[in-house]
Amino acid sequence: MSALDTAPSSTNGGPVERRLNARQATLRFLGRYGTLLVFASLLLFNVVFTPNFVAWNTLTLNLTQVATVVIVAMGMTLVIATGGIDLSVGSVMAIAGALAPLIFLDRIVPIPSHTLGVALALTLPLLAAALCGWFNGFLITRYRIQPIVATLVLFIAGRGIAQTFTNSELQTFNEPSFQFIGKGFVWGVPVQVILMALVVLATHYLVRRTALGRQILAVGGNEKAARLSGIDAAGVKRLIYVISGVLAGIAGMVVVAINNASDAARVGTLMELDAIAAVAVGGTLLSGGRANVLGTVLGAFVLQLVRTTLLANGVPDAAALVVKAALIIAAVWLQSRAERI
Amino acid sequence: MLLSMKDINKSFSGVSVLRDASLEVAPGEVMALIGQNGAGKSTMIKILTGAYRKDSGSIQFDGTQVDFSAPAGAQAAGIATVYQELNLAPHRTVAENIFLSREPRRWGLLDRRRMRAEASRVLARFKLELDVDRPLEDFSAATRQMVAIARGVTQNARLVIMDEPTSSLDEREVGVLFDTIRTLKADGVSTLFVSHRLSELYAVCDRVTIMRDGRTIGQHPMSEISRVELVRSMLGRELTAFATRAKDEARGSDLPVFLHAEDLHAGTRVRGVSLQVRRGEIAGLAGLLGAGRTETARLIFGADPRDGGRVAVEGRETSYREPVDAIRDGIGLVSEDRKVEGIVPELSVRENMTLAILPKLRVGGVVDRTRERAIVDRFIKALGVKCSSPEQPIRELSGGNQQKVLLARWLCTDPNLLIVDEPTRGIDVGAKAEILKLLRELADDGLSVLMISSELEELMAAADHVTVLSDGQSVAVLAADELSEERLMTEMAHQNEIGSEGARAA
Amino acid sequence: MAHILPSAPSSLLGRFMPRSNLALARLGVVLALLALILFGALRYDGFVGLFNILSFLKFNSMFALVALGMAFVIMTGGIDLSVGAAAALASVAAAICSTYGSAAGILGGLSAGLAVGLINGVVITGLRIQPFIATLATMLAANGSALLLAGNQSVSIATDNNFMAIGLNNFLGLPIPVWIVVFAYFGGWLTLERLPVGRRILAIGDGEATAKLMGLHVERTLLGVYLFSGLMAGTAGVILASSSFAGQPTEGIGWELIAIASVVVGGTLLTGGVGSVGATLAGALLLGLVFTVINFENGKGWISLSSSWQPVIRGLFLLAVVVLQAKLAGTRRNSP
Repeated sequence: MSALDTAPSSTNGGPVERRLNARQATLRFLGRYGTLLVFASLLLFNVVFTPNFVAWNTLTLNLTQVATVVIVAMGMTLVIATGGIDLSVGSVMAIAGALAPLIFLDRIVPIPSHTLGVALALTLPLLAAALCGWFNGFLITRYRIQPIVATLVLFIAGRGIAQTFTNSELQTFNEPSFQFIGKGFVWGVPVQVILMALVVLATHYLVRRTALGRQILAVGGNEKAARLSGIDAAGVKRLIYVISGVLAGIAGMVVVAINNASDAARVGTLMELDAIAAVAVGGTLLSGGRANVLGTVLGAFVLQLVRTTLLANGVPDAAALVVKAALIIAAVWLQSRAERI
Repeated sequence: MLLSMKDINKSFSGVSVLRDASLEVAPGEVMALIGQNGAGKSTMIKILTGAYRKDSGSIQFDGTQVDFSAPAGAQAAGIATVYQELNLAPHRTVAENIFLSREPRRWGLLDRRRMRAEASRVLARFKLELDVDRPLEDFSAATRQMVAIARGVTQNARLVIMDEPTSSLDEREVGVLFDTIRTLKADGVSTLFVSHRLSELYAVCDRVTIMRDGRTIGQHPMSEISRVELVRSMLGRELTAFATRAKDEARGSDLPVFLHAEDLHAGTRVRGVSLQVRRGEIAGLAGLLGAGRTETARLIFGADPRDGGRVAVEGRETSYREPVDAIRDGIGLVSEDRKVEGIVPELSVRENMTLAILPKLRVGGVVDRTRERAIVDRFIKALGVKCSSPEQPIRELSGGNQQKVLLARWLCTDPNLLIVDEPTRGIDVGAKAEILKLLRELADDGLSVLMISSELEELMAAADHVTVLSDGQSVAVLAADELSEERLMTEMAHQNEIGSEGARAA
Repeated sequence: MAHILPSAPSSLLGRFMPRSNLALARLGVVLALLALILFGALRYDGFVGLFNILSFLKFNSMFALVALGMAFVIMTGGIDLSVGAAAALASVAAAICSTYGSAAGILGGLSAGLAVGLINGVVITGLRIQPFIATLATMLAANGSALLLAGNQSVSIATDNNFMAIGLNNFLGLPIPVWIVVFAYFGGWLTLERLPVGRRILAIGDGEATAKLMGLHVERTLLGVYLFSGLMAGTAGVILASSSFAGQPTEGIGWELIAIASVVVGGTLLTGGVGSVGATLAGALLLGLVFTVINFENGKGWISLSSSWQPVIRGLFLLAVVVLQAKLAGTRRNSP
């Protein structure tokens, strides 16, 4: 069974070099590049049929709309790579989004300096979000509660906590220096798009280049082997949930900044599903051990583009949901089929 | 004959695992089936129970030609299989487990009263009085096995297959199981008994079928074959006490002791193991399957908690709570099961190889790519790992090459002690020799090696001394000049006859 | 806990003692429910009044039904995220169909729920996609379909027939939705405890591979379970439409997670294999009662807890239960 004696020419040959028949080859190709193919054809379709599609405005509009999903989905990709899931991201967004304006509006304690207020408003909510993530990780590693249940706790309670902060009232504000993260531009590029790009690059770098990234994949891929190799699997998991929490916090603040208002009841609703969908369509299997960071970005873009395309062509938003559903099933089915070849 | 399997052949993707194998069981007989790993026992059983299809051959059961295509068919025909763990539903009650899929009903509803009564009645036949309404998981492994047997009996089984039923049982429980087998026998039900504990075979079996390399090589009444003969035909050695290699005279008792383990205890599997590994030597750890070899290694490595005993490394007492603690002291473990505990299948050769050394490759949290690449290239070359590139996923490599990567995972950390558990299992002959040679060279360079192996030849060729385990206890330590296959087999076969006294003296 | 020949505890006391830690936890939920009721009864006027009890039961009937379906799915080791959206879709379908008569309305709602369940079952058993992803997708699809059918707004039900009676009328002193819950839970209990299929559902949750080895029809059973969950969501949708006089395409968001919480609080293990119909009802009522108690407390005017405390307290209940369960499971693991 020494497969690889023959192998230099074939980089992805199995233990025994097998000839795939045409059907299997197609399946494998679609499993790998299907999402990219859909993305490309959607782009092409829009360029040809959608009026005013090729425009800077269209691009920035779409990117702004997808930015928060991508930011959250990066955390979700890491969580899923460890074999877990984080349902609490939407609620954590609400918490961070509720806290930020309270801080610079001096609702909690009067803060003498305005600059300090804004600075705190940009950092303390992230701390709270990190705490939420730590709590998730604590439940999962200390009590061995399944991630889906453990994060369900904060999913339910988190939004309530955010609402008690704000007494369930809409917090409107006008604070340009804070709103910069949602409304500002740098060289004509929206700040949240830059944030998104930074988060994506950082996550990509984390997975590809850092020791932690390697450990994440090892823990998700084979926890026993990881432990026997001296990796602190519980520590890695806790850290990942903290990261997921912080990223959700960032997304929550961006959303609030865009809206000039924080509505704890609405910030980040259904975000967990959008993020999970992006990860699934992007080719990261939910079973763990893999993190296709750029795939997730592509997945989020495809789901966004489906919506734009349908909207631009007069199909209601609701129909986009149905298409999205079909897309998720098709993508996951193709990938798992391609896997079994 | 109740069962007669003749000339069974089976191969998987071109590799032949059964070659004209045969097996016979008479009505009311307890037949032992033994053989090393890979001898073909479990394939034989799976073909019989319909989990696999045979390539050729014939199976006669109860007078008719049969060829089951699914476990359900074999069950219906009267063959019940009791696996070690997997075949019952732990959260369901005892009664439900016995009757699942054939529940007694009244007007379409579960007839719980009858189910309970019948379950109790069946269990009473095995002198077992249980609260049949309790979930199965509340009971000991032995009781669970008895319940599985009871399930088989209520399906009117004529043959009960027990696949290593005693591996997780303590002595008392084994006794109860044996009583059950005798009850079955009295009722005319046959048992096919797979076990590696020789004393058990003598205690309960009528005859034994021995398999080796996919062939049936013998069938004897238990009363007519001695233990040593049994081990010998199972391992397939001619008993010529041939001289092994010339041992290095300098290597010996003057080397400093690196690892000293004393009187280790853990659960039912490790019940008093003592051993020593000196610096720069290969210490062997021998024993039949289930003797507690792997468990001992995991205790030393801090992968499992120990109930008692002491481990000292370079004279310092250790209390490893996690493998990472042992790794800090320069200990590595190449585990027995590559798939389950070794490789991270999705990661590349490079990433798998540097998993344990990762903390040392970190510069500000980032993996130092240049150093990583240098290490990987060096070890791929040094060990002759055949892969298309370091970026190839490890799951695509052959077993031997995966094993080399896992060895490299530890070697690159520059360890003081490497524990290797069956380092050559499932590896072709060429790679085997390479790996043994490599271990020898490393030892000559000062690495201490603790090598667990089922292959006597391997131990004799490589080890400087061998600690023999039997039934969870170290029963002998054989120095290089005492090593012979006969001696090893005798020690492995002996069970609880000499106390563990002898081992500690050495 | 390892006893090879345990003497069967057949004493009278033994009969009523919980047989396992999880049974103990389940008993705990029932006790907590009773304690909260007692607390409310002693503290608030009118808490145990007929009006309050009936409106409480009626309001929570929809959640209870969805939780029942969810409980069965979870017992097999699966999950159904689509129940909330399926209920919303069913409410819209029921509202639209109700113009053709009350029977048509009911039938329309139930078929919508069943259709979602059918898709779930087929995708999970046929395409072998994990239940989490499969039902996540059908949740989106059902949500979208509901919005499409309803044209992004709520759809009034027909008021010229007795479709609205389902939500309005009482029968033998109890609101009809409460009767539906009683029947559904009785049916659920019967199925789980008294029919062979109930034991098989739990056996599948204990381990699919094992269940197959034991000769059970795993796929068929799973399909049935997802269909049942869809049916329960459909029923909840019919009640929703009838009692709010409209099909509500955006209701039901988050119901699935509340349902999961109820099921978990009710002592059903999310890993499958263990579950109780009665305790699921207790779990659903307990989570609902938290809301009522907060309302009454606010009514006393001493403190003013906003309704946003409701999810916080629900979350805390869930937390307490899962940590307790984990600890019990831990002691079980550690016992020899």
